[in-house]
Amino acid sequence: MDENTARSNRRLATRLLGVVAGMFAFGFLLVPLYDVFCDITGLNGKTGGRYENTVDASATDLSREVRVQFIASVNAGMPWEFRPAVTEVKVHPGQAMDTYYRVQNLSGRDMVLQAVPSVTPGAAAQYLHKVECFCFQQQRIAAGESKEMPLRFFVDPKAPEGIHTLTLSYTLFNVTESALLDGAQGQPE
Amino acid sequence: MRFLTRRWCNLTALAALLTATPAFAEWGLNMPRGVTAVSREIYDLHMTIFWICVVIGVVVFGVMFWSILHHRKSQGAKASQFHESTTVEIIWTVVPFVILVGMAVPATSSLIKIYDSGEADLDIKVTGYQWKWHYDYLGKDVSFFSNLSTPRDEIYNRVPKNENYLLEVDEPVVVPINKKIRFLLTANDVIHAWWVPELATKRDAIPGFINEMWTRIEEPGIYRGQCAELCGKDHGFMPIVVDARPQAEYEAWLLAKQEAARAEAELKDKVWTREELYARGEQVYAKACAACHQINGEGVAPTFPGLKASPYVKGPIEAHVDIVVNGKPGTMMAAFGPQLSEVDIAAVVTYERNAWGNNMGDFIQPLKIVEMKAAK
Amino acid sequence: MSAVLETHAEEHHHGPRKGLMRWVLTTNHKDIGSMYLWFSFIMFLYGGSMAMVIRAELFQPGLQLIEPEFFNQMTTMHGLIMVFGAVMPAFVGLANWLIPMMVGAPDMALPRLNNWSFWLLPFAFAMLISTMFMEGGGPNFGWTFYAPLSTTYAPPSVTFFIFAVHLMGISSIMGSINIIATILNLRAPGMTLMKMPLFVWTWLITAYLLIAVMPVLAGAVTMMLMDIHFGTSFFDAGGGGDPVMFQHIFWFFGHPEVYIMILPGFGVVSQIIPTFSRKPLFGYTSMVYATASIAFLSFIVWAHHMFTVGMPLAGELFFMYTTMLIAVPTGVKVFNWVTTMFRGSLSFETPMLFAVAFVVLFTIGGLSGLMLAIAPADFQYHDTYFVVAHFHYVLIPGAIFAIMAGVYYWLPKWTGNMYNVPMSRLHFWLSFIGLNIAFFPMHFVGLAGMPRRIPDYALQFADFNQIASVGAFLFGATQLLFLFIVVQCIRGGRRVTAQVWDSAEGLEWTLPSPAPYHTFTTPPEVR
Repeated sequence: MDENTARSNRRLATRLLGVVAGMFAFGFLLVPLYDVFCDITGLNGKTGGRYENTVDASATDLSREVRVQFIASVNAGMPWEFRPAVTEVKVHPGQAMDTYYRVQNLSGRDMVLQAVPSVTPGAAAQYLHKVECFCFQQQRIAAGESKEMPLRFFVDPKAPEGIHTLTLSYTLFNVTESALLDGAQGQPE
Repeated sequence: MRFLTRRWCNLTALAALLTATPAFAEWGLNMPRGVTAVSREIYDLHMTIFWICVVIGVVVFGVMFWSILHHRKSQGAKASQFHESTTVEIIWTVVPFVILVGMAVPATSSLIKIYDSGEADLDIKVTGYQWKWHYDYLGKDVSFFSNLSTPRDEIYNRVPKNENYLLEVDEPVVVPINKKIRFLLTANDVIHAWWVPELATKRDAIPGFINEMWTRIEEPGIYRGQCAELCGKDHGFMPIVVDARPQAEYEAWLLAKQEAARAEAELKDKVWTREELYARGEQVYAKACAACHQINGEGVAPTFPGLKASPYVKGPIEAHVDIVVNGKPGTMMAAFGPQLSEVDIAAVVTYERNAWGNNMGDFIQPLKIVEMKAAK
Repeated sequence: MSAVLETHAEEHHHGPRKGLMRWVLTTNHKDIGSMYLWFSFIMFLYGGSMAMVIRAELFQPGLQLIEPEFFNQMTTMHGLIMVFGAVMPAFVGLANWLIPMMVGAPDMALPRLNNWSFWLLPFAFAMLISTMFMEGGGPNFGWTFYAPLSTTYAPPSVTFFIFAVHLMGISSIMGSINIIATILNLRAPGMTLMKMPLFVWTWLITAYLLIAVMPVLAGAVTMMLMDIHFGTSFFDAGGGGDPVMFQHIFWFFGHPEVYIMILPGFGVVSQIIPTFSRKPLFGYTSMVYATASIAFLSFIVWAHHMFTVGMPLAGELFFMYTTMLIAVPTGVKVFNWVTTMFRGSLSFETPMLFAVAFVVLFTIGGLSGLMLAIAPADFQYHDTYFVVAHFHYVLIPGAIFAIMAGVYYWLPKWTGNMYNVPMSRLHFWLSFIGLNIAFFPMHFVGLAGMPRRIPDYALQFADFNQIASVGAFLFGATQLLFLFIVVQCIRGGRRVTAQVWDSAEGLEWTLPSPAPYHTFTTPPEVR
């Protein structure tokens, strides 16, 4: 093999290694891309974070009602009671609504929970805005303590007519271990 | 040569069998037609595409077998040397494309129907657990677990298997016919999938996320399905049974169920004897615990430790209750507090402490469990 | 297509080193190719014996031989070993042997890297297999290792599984870089890209696919590793992650991976069919374009593996349409092969038998794949034995038959001896019959509602499962015959000419048989 070929082999190999590194990085880039994609398409019923825009009360659409259903689940290994105050409400799009979920820590330990929201149908997730939600931060609940966790939301008046029912589900995950590592978060109120 | 004829036989036999589908339905050769408008539509779509594929296969293999029969060197065939034709290439790019468009049209319209999100008459939340299903009739105060009810003796070939082997549960999910039922799916631990072939409903149940699908069953009957996503050890042992009944019968069942829940709640105020608890505990154990710890209490080392002579079971009763109620973090032991009633917890703890030669002799009242939960 | 003006006499007189060190230190593409092929054959038998365990347990309803826990390890390891240990290294082995000989190069472009790529594999698989003896057992979450079953709920050995996947990935990536460099830089004068044999073309495209997606797999398992050990939550909903994202990333790798396993097979078959039809390949150019478009489309169809995760309607439609589109270039390839045979002068030597079976059975697998692409129908097919039947039809008579066809085609060139022809025909017919008995009934049980990955099943599936098991045992046992035939051929046999087959085209047939240790040290000239 002559010197020229050897050099061009090395150059090609280096370039291909660059592609490999790029694709490895791309694998990680898929994570934020996926979130953006979910926000746009409502894939997986992911809901946004705190709704920051001001709520325009005059925009309330009194001509129709949307049924909002509340669901509560507790992930494995959590001996908790967790249920919504009401199983469903009917709201006019644009009308802000307050409700709460009740949680009780039945274990003998102080625990930190993270509530994970999910909305179905997924395509409707982008029209459900949470103004105030217990899912925005981790919640520390002492052993045996029972607590009402507030939620304030409204349905976007721009929601298409085809949306009759929105189901808002919260699943509680036990994050006590990682919260202990992080330390500062989730101080009891 | 031989394999040509074999393949032909295969195809024609298959085609013959599939045309005669209704008669052969019990043989389990083809997809069931099912009992909903959607399932029938999917079945028709499946058959249409199957036949298109058969025709494509017959044409392509036909040309090939023709060549194999007539263009053999041993029969003195001389090879032509043509090797390119843009026209032909374009034709066999365009024709399949047109066929595909023809397939995509009905498929799209079916998909749109499946995704219809119109109002439902009944909402049932379905939660996948390792390895059972939980049903919650939203707003109706009825919820229960549905466990495999096939006896272990049948699974381990010690007794003959019954006809619904592995497709039977202790509590079927009862639904009314001719009503739109919306299933809301989620999972407690890993991903499961809820599938009943006769309803053509398959959707993943994902922990932390909610999925939905709907069905409208047209004929009363019992429809059986299984978990369709690998979810661990007993993935093959968490069947689904849907019992579709006329509206009135469904309502009667719902009332009875609500009544039973009230009666069950009162049971915890009763004072129980050790024998009563032991007898009930044996059943609870078989349903909730035996999958991992095994019916003989010996477990499957190391993931699922045995309970026979276990230090936890032979230790103080409060600590034993605590593990059952709260689980053991970092292990496979889940918290059964939310899954079992106080009576069942008292019963199963009593059973474990006195079965398999553990002979602790002690037992615990359901009311005590209530107190222990409240005290914390 | 191309002819050699001049084959150059050997300049290097030194042969291979003696003894074990020959194999440890070798940088010779033929030695490394042989090692890849032997390694993949050992893995094929090992993964195959796991399939035998699976089929034995499924021979009748009830649990007879193994517990569900172990059954899950068997299905997982069978999948991983067959995909990463058997099929992929076998094609890399063929590439090592043949690409330099086909393009007129003296060796691979980066010979020392080549040695290293191979020697990573035994370590990777030793690590993977050792997990089965660890506390808690080996991987039991399926070869697709969906989170959270493979993270939060995995056995402790999952860390070793992750490292094993990393090593396999590095090995494949380095192998691919080498192949690309060889093809792009070491072609003999006159060997233009559009004169390359199709096997070289399909491997060039495959190598690019590998470079694009193996790093993504590495990323996915790295994320798993971080979730398990470093408290991140890429795939854990509790920490703001999403288990469904794992599936998206996995299948972004996984679908191109499927084509990585089949494209070189297309190449092998495209070499063999013209030889035994005594007629040039029909539509060479369209074959190249079809391969490239399959490779391109493979990047935008991944979510058809996930039609039931609850994607929005638009997503389902997009992935359904793109998936159906793959049928077009795949159809072009099948039509080209059939047309190559049409009005040829056909004879059915063993490689041709495997190649014809490839075309027929792969087409059946492709047609069931088209059925699976139809999203509404997939709600019924998904995760049933219909899927198992489908991918075994594309992988056994697809990838495995292509590899065997290739071995039977080039083995005389490698060893200088003809193998035992009647035995090889017996091997073909028993394999052919065995695999059809094993996998055809799986279509039926799948449609009738049997989910995949279950250790025990309802009674109505019993008859077909029994038939399938019998077929699988026949297929499995037959492969020992293959081992016998290959060993016998290496040890001796009827000497063959350089040409071997009366009408084979390509540079490799201009070399003497057996091919000398060093070939094309002076590049041949291609007209």
